[in-house]
Amino acid sequence: MEGNHSHEHHLGFWRKYVFSQDHKVIGIQYGFTSLLFLLFGFTLMMVMRWQLAYPGQPIPLIGQWLGEDRAPQGIMLPEFYNQLGAMHGTIMVFLGIVPLAVGAFGNYVMPLQIGAPDMAFPKLNMMSYWVYFLGGVTMLSSFVMPGGAANSGWTSYPPLSDIATIGQTVWLIGMVFLITSSLLGSVNFIVTIVQLRAKGLTFMRLPFFVWAQFVTSFLLLLAFPPLEAAGVLQLMDRLAGSSFFLPSGLVVTGQPLNVSGGGSPLLWQHLFWFLAHPEVYVLILPAMGIVAEIIANNTRKPLWGYKSMVYAAIFLGFMSFIVWAHHMFMTGMGTIISTFFQTTTMIISIPSIIILTALFISLWGGSIRFTTPMLFALAFLPMFGIGGLTGLPLGLSATDIPLHDTYYVIGHFHYVVAPGTIFALFAGIYHWFPKLTGRKMNEVLGKIHFFGSLVCMNCIFMPMFIVGLAGVSRRLWDGGAQYAHAQPVLHWNAFMSMGAWTLGLFQLPFIFNLFWSIKKGKKAAENPWHATTLDWATPTPPPHGNFTTVPQVYRPPYEYSVPGHKTDFIPQNQPMEA
Amino acid sequence: MEIPYTVKARPDTGLTNAKLGVWLFLASEVMLFGALFSSYILLRINAVEWPHHVLDVPLATVNTAVLISSSITMVMSWASLMMKDFKKYKLYMGTTILLGFVFLIIKFFEYSHHIETGEIPSKSTFFAIYFTMTGLHGLHVIGGMIVNGYFWGPGSKMWKTDPERFTNRIEVAGLYWHFVDLVWIFLFPVLYLL
Repeated sequence: MEGNHSHEHHLGFWRKYVFSQDHKVIGIQYGFTSLLFLLFGFTLMMVMRWQLAYPGQPIPLIGQWLGEDRAPQGIMLPEFYNQLGAMHGTIMVFLGIVPLAVGAFGNYVMPLQIGAPDMAFPKLNMMSYWVYFLGGVTMLSSFVMPGGAANSGWTSYPPLSDIATIGQTVWLIGMVFLITSSLLGSVNFIVTIVQLRAKGLTFMRLPFFVWAQFVTSFLLLLAFPPLEAAGVLQLMDRLAGSSFFLPSGLVVTGQPLNVSGGGSPLLWQHLFWFLAHPEVYVLILPAMGIVAEIIANNTRKPLWGYKSMVYAAIFLGFMSFIVWAHHMFMTGMGTIISTFFQTTTMIISIPSIIILTALFISLWGGSIRFTTPMLFALAFLPMFGIGGLTGLPLGLSATDIPLHDTYYVIGHFHYVVAPGTIFALFAGIYHWFPKLTGRKMNEVLGKIHFFGSLVCMNCIFMPMFIVGLAGVSRRLWDGGAQYAHAQPVLHWNAFMSMGAWTLGLFQLPFIFNLFWSIKKGKKAAENPWHATTLDWATPTPPPHGNFTTVPQVYRPPYEYSVPGHKTDFIPQNQPMEA
Repeated sequence: MEIPYTVKARPDTGLTNAKLGVWLFLASEVMLFGALFSSYILLRINAVEWPHHVLDVPLATVNTAVLISSSITMVMSWASLMMKDFKKYKLYMGTTILLGFVFLIIKFFEYSHHIETGEIPSKSTFFAIYFTMTGLHGLHVIGGMIVNGYFWGPGSKMWKTDPERFTNRIEVAGLYWHFVDLVWIFLFPVLYLL
């Protein structure tokens, strides 16, 4: 390995930074792109929140730039609101969080943690990023199509999506790119973890983060293809005039639709949720992995119940394939099927609770360092807890009936994904930043970012439960202003919007911190957090090929505070004393 | 920097990277076609009427034989490499690609006949699923032929520099080709006979 080190210095700019095959550069590319998409998706929401808080009033600042077909005189059209809604969901999930959690963190950290020189297929890895990039560009381009971007929600339910404007076709093509990218990525991740583990790194010595990525990759590998199939079928409906999702006798604006009919809108829902439920665990598992690393490191204790966490993650992966129809209790699939899926849904909550409980107990008796990454990781626990617990009434078919498609659902999954997963991702950025740059991020700015975000997140999402329990539906252009039953809770809309905009302001210290700390942050050595895993056993930043000597692993991943040892941590690659 | 286990299998897993990779890829493909077969079942049990015997069974039978033969020649090409007979490899791999062409040409005749008589995806759900599934399968055949064509032509230079790795590559390409063959083995009865 050492002998070949010299050749990487001869790579030109393009090969080194743009079309790089180095997993770390690709990880950073993924990270940068997905953070931009997260910001963009969040901006769409901040614009929508204006309309929800002050329906029918001109949008300040950017309203005049949106154009006559989106917001004449700055007043948002319902069609444009629908586009923003559909694209917010799509961008956040498929272009923001998953690429950041898997593409960026998985790519950068996982090969380091298993002591590999790179991913098993570096070229595929590069392709995976560029196909993702193409998918992102395709999605963005849909905003300038005639009729605007996709406007049938991120779920794209037919028959509406089948007859929607051309933006929906672009959305489907974008999804095919994204699915291809995730396929290339997940094959690569699994092969890398199975084949390129360092000597001595048995499966039960893998850091929990690697386990989380491993299970996540299987979900991506096996759950995405059915959506690809569904996407192909919907493309056929839209381009070749077939009727996969169009039932017979459909009437659109008073005219019978001229199609053969005989299709089933429910078929799309089955195929879509067969992906989209495992997708929820794709969003949450890497987050749990990051939080586990940070908690072990900052409590200076081994994770409590490492083995049960691993088994829980595997079980979670299996179960996530047989719960999808709990999104469809209202479709009239029948009580027997509903009962089956409500049972599996209750069962799948068990492994999540095991992982969360193990993480909570890991805090017990630790000498906790309240660093910024640790604060985000700690906040993840109760926030994800709220998200998970509020999901139970939705998983039971009887209580789901009044709650279905209300703001309660929005509150529930945003607690899981926003102050849940996104907090974990922030934690990860603060935690691994020193490995990338050799400097720590500023703690004061980090704490402003953390406490501001924590308060704002709850101001946005907690009232959604109240609004939802009052029966206000989601996806309403005016936030429910025209409904009598929504009147008592309508004042919350402005409050939530204020929360969203303030949350936007609290991201500014983070953005500043991210760039400022690259040059001006406090210098950090190779292993600034005194961590045990192999990612901290490389030079900072790790060179092409990662390790200066081939690493060998001698011990479990979290040997913190071992009694009788002179330091409070023992790296995995430190040999056992004779 | 060298990625380990590209040529020799990792001792504890018994696999090379590429072999594990292609099996995972095929698992994902099973899910793709599995979703389409499930869609087929759901559409069919919901249908008021379902056309029978509207496809050309004799042509499809010939095509089945063509694809199965191509799978055999694919194995022969790999076996030839194992026996260090590069000339035979060229012959068998060339035959595999040719048989792929024959399959596509027959498929083309079938397609154009249906299109001429107006049996297109917008006519009925049956023709919609027929064109979607066989079309996607056809794309997989074309993909496999491109890969095989590369290994028959420019990619075969590797035989001189790294014969063991080249043999592995043919094995992996073969696994994919057999999968494409297998999908047809399911498509044939489901669409043409049942």
